[in-house]
Amino acid sequence: MNQQEIIDKYFQEHRAKLIDIASFLDRVDRCAENEEDFRVHAMKKCIQELLVEQSNRAERILLLLSDKSSTPVDQASTKGASGAVPLN
Amino acid sequence: MPYIDPHIHMVSRTTDDYERMAQAGCIAITEPAFWAGYDRSSAQGFYDYFRQLTEYEPKRAAQYGIKHHCWLCINPKEAEDPGFAREVISIIPEFIECDTVLGIGEIGLNKNSKNELVILEEQLALAETLGQLVLVHTPHLEDKLKGTRLILEAIANTSIQPERVLIDHVEEHTVREVLDKGYWAGMTLYPDSKCTPQRAADIIELYGTERLWINSAGDWGPSDPLSVPKCRLELAARGHSAELIDTISLHNPKTFLSQSGKFCTE
Repeated sequence: MNQQEIIDKYFQEHRAKLIDIASFLDRVDRCAENEEDFRVHAMKKCIQELLVEQSNRAERILLLLSDKSSTPVDQASTKGASGAVPLN
Repeated sequence: MPYIDPHIHMVSRTTDDYERMAQAGCIAITEPAFWAGYDRSSAQGFYDYFRQLTEYEPKRAAQYGIKHHCWLCINPKEAEDPGFAREVISIIPEFIECDTVLGIGEIGLNKNSKNELVILEEQLALAETLGQLVLVHTPHLEDKLKGTRLILEAIANTSIQPERVLIDHVEEHTVREVLDKGYWAGMTLYPDSKCTPQRAADIIELYGTERLWINSAGDWGPSDPLSVPKCRLELAARGHSAELIDTISLHNPKTFLSQSGKFCTE
């Protein structure tokens, strides 16, 4: 597929996903609390990362959302995952 | 067109799903042992589960012309209690000689804890002793990168050959490391987490098809037992050849799984 075909095939779908993100952030804002949730903060960092004109965006976003430590934790305190780690 | 779904949890799916998969071209599946959504209260619960995987599911699948195989283990979500996990591991040798058992899986890590790692190492040792293939679960979301690296380190400390190990649930940030070290890699097609069919197609375009497969990992959560044929359609829509599509969804699973000496599609 050439670039035009890719945009023609996928633009509408990803336009909708973009609006979903905007709508989600608006929803969070409407219930604003003092401190921003670390997941929302991470999502905003990811949005900034998307604008860096460099390939491997998906990989870079996944790395931003990953635990970079390297040693096992003492105990599994939960079974679930939150999807992000606290970022500065 | 025929395809194989090499990772799906049919104990959590209805018989209608078998029918729809057969209609879509599924000829064989493999079902790793996994977490039921709750912790079993005894090792006997796993004994019954292993019987379900080895006795009941192959018959249910056969009604739709689908060959059913499985993998046995204690999953990482129930590995936090080593004593309990060892009781379950002690049951596995009784089932390993069954005609449809392909190896140990899906072992791995969930929250990357010390106990999970100990039980992973003990199950790798079991696979080593019994000469079994290994199917590995990598953790979810933020835990995947770290967990994948810990798992690769643990396997590297054994004598198990990388080509006899499938590292599953890879994504853009883990696939390169897994393939570079000589392991097989599985991409799981999920609606919300892991890979979508589109992202899997992107990864195939970036990394090729060598030692790579796709699976639905369909289970009791948000998942789609028809995601493999949907990914085949995605690849076809992008103009990829029938040969590439068959390689990723039929020939590659067959090549890896056939190392067990038990896998068959007829």
